[in-house]
Amino acid sequence: MKLFTFPGGIHPSGKKELTCHQAVKVMPPPKMVVIPLLQHTGAICEPLVQKGDKVKKGQKIGDSNSLITAPVHASLSGVVTDIRSYPHPLGNKVRSIIIESDGLDQWAEDIKRDDNYFRLLPQEVRDKLRDKGLVGLGGAAFPTSVKLTPPADKNIDVIIINGCECEPYLTCDHRLMLDNPREIVEGLKIIMKLLDVGKGIIAIEDNKPEAIKLLSATVKMEPNIEVVAVKTKYPQGAEKQLIKALLKKEIPSGKLPFEVGVVVDNVGTAVAIYEALRDNRPLIERIITVTGSGIKEPQNVKVRIGTLFSDVIAFCGGLQGDIAKVIMGGPMMGIAQYLLDVPVIKGTSGILALTAQEVKIVQAGPCIRCSKCIESCPMNLTPYLYGLYGRRQEYEAMGKHNVADCIECGVCAYGCPARIPLVQYAKWAKMEIAQARKKKIEDGKIEKKDNR
Amino acid sequence: MIYALLILGGLGLILGIGLAFAGQKFMVHMDPKQEELLKALPGANCGACGFPGCLGYAEALALGNAEPNKCSVGGYKTTKAIGHILGVDVAEKVAEMAAVFCRGDRESCADKYIYDGISDCRAAIALSGGSKGCIYSCIGLGSCVRACPFDAIEWVPGNPPKINPAKCTGCGLCFKTCPKKVIGLISREHAVCVSCKNLDKGKEVRNVCKVGCIACGACVKICPNKAITLKDNLAVIDYSICTGCGKCVEKCPTKTIIFIKANGK
Repeated sequence: MKLFTFPGGIHPSGKKELTCHQAVKVMPPPKMVVIPLLQHTGAICEPLVQKGDKVKKGQKIGDSNSLITAPVHASLSGVVTDIRSYPHPLGNKVRSIIIESDGLDQWAEDIKRDDNYFRLLPQEVRDKLRDKGLVGLGGAAFPTSVKLTPPADKNIDVIIINGCECEPYLTCDHRLMLDNPREIVEGLKIIMKLLDVGKGIIAIEDNKPEAIKLLSATVKMEPNIEVVAVKTKYPQGAEKQLIKALLKKEIPSGKLPFEVGVVVDNVGTAVAIYEALRDNRPLIERIITVTGSGIKEPQNVKVRIGTLFSDVIAFCGGLQGDIAKVIMGGPMMGIAQYLLDVPVIKGTSGILALTAQEVKIVQAGPCIRCSKCIESCPMNLTPYLYGLYGRRQEYEAMGKHNVADCIECGVCAYGCPARIPLVQYAKWAKMEIAQARKKKIEDGKIEKKDNR
Repeated sequence: MIYALLILGGLGLILGIGLAFAGQKFMVHMDPKQEELLKALPGANCGACGFPGCLGYAEALALGNAEPNKCSVGGYKTTKAIGHILGVDVAEKVAEMAAVFCRGDRESCADKYIYDGISDCRAAIALSGGSKGCIYSCIGLGSCVRACPFDAIEWVPGNPPKINPAKCTGCGLCFKTCPKKVIGLISREHAVCVSCKNLDKGKEVRNVCKVGCIACGACVKICPNKAITLKDNLAVIDYSICTGCGKCVEKCPTKTIIFIKANGK
């Protein structure tokens, strides 16, 4: 079988066997959930409920008037006990709605199955996806309704459903493909109809042969949909790398996949789209991989959005060993946590607990110009320069070397024999450049351009 | 031997004449006013005025594109000299110096996690606002220390820095670098300073820091001139009234209000 891939990339140890052979367990609703009003890329929501209000499962409790946003919903039926700033897995505190369960777990009245969902008009579909709070479940949590609204002058001709799951340790998409293949295909068909596209591709890394086999069988009767095996390599699941691998098309610098006529969505998002339209169900639960040698019973769990990490870990048997690091997401792109009292958000794909034996604190040495980072950079950038300029805080020079195109996959820092935190320098430079730009706009030195 | 001397000597002579000629021919004429201004400036080339070094500032001044009071390093003396050259009146400006508004060192304000990244405060804030327990606190990775062109900041890694008033010129490069804005400029005439930026309630401050302002109001009550008020859970001194008597420094239970010895210049 011919395998598609992109130039560059690395082969970290997958560690997927910890969780990939067990069926997804459903975690019973917790006693309390914390729903942050910001769980997506975009504007923060305003609460629609007040302290003391009774809410039902699936009720919309936060929304915003901004263009790029996603409303949030109650994932339990119960009482709003407080609305205050609460620690958030992405770092700083975020205003959150705290709901205590009444034990009934009742759905809101308007959540009914609609078998005629395919008759909805495109705008109705988008409105519904927005109303149900759908965001991309791959990790970046970009609002789905915005992603499925291409500019009028762009013609979309391929939809890619991303089932690569290249991040080590994570297997939630793998399990989803084995358990819900029908829903993934239905979700893809909804997107294809919505954008009037004649071709759909489901891309899966070749380390998941059962998933490839099962989905190939599922799409046998669908002439427009193809299941493609791609090479197991990190970051194969990154949007730009997947497009490059499958279609040999490169997205111009600073542009979106719309530019080459492609929309990429995660398998989890496809299922959520299907459930939102057919079952009228908002995004209030997701599958996450709880794994790592620090977890007693590593497994995939379906949890309510807003469940605290500590509750999820307790459901998986608790922590074991000398825990040094707990990460939200995978080891390559995940975010280290310092509190376990943070809630699961829409973008949480996993909880990874690592022990002291696995976490090393290393001292960065000088760059030896081995060019390993350049060879492996999937965006064809020159990361070693970010290390050199970063140490001198020369952000403008980093900008000239296209640091803005960095996808922050961490391949450069992973392979660096001198252990230079290259990707961290790139992230820092992006932050500083954005800040300098904001300041220039405030001072009126440059015009605000709407290029993204 | 003699040929080598002749050849090298001759070569030197020819090139020397060439250089002398080129020096005359291609000489860049500097505005005499600019030259005079450059002499009046301190020559630290720190860039605090917002221009590329003292030459850049002198050029902008000569062209009339800059205010004469931008040089904080030279202070009022330089401003007066510039005003004299340009023939404009300058208002007297009080000399300023930097002060750190945080005393939370490793003992009094514990870390919430072990930071293992780029050793720079501006990079460290990306991970939940820095590793210190207090989100308003100095991160203590020394970005300001490296930014200071005058070596005026004394610092033990991990802890908030201390400003040496004798060396500080008030250029402000440190607080432009500080991502937490826990350094600021204060007038050299001020003797006291509230060294905390935490706007949380007293109990929450107590949970993370032993030396933070808990907004107890003791300083407000003790101040004989009513110069201190509480704003957003933080004591604020009105320096136009403050006499620097130091009663608040004695009274402050957390030792957040401290004396600043601004001797030196």
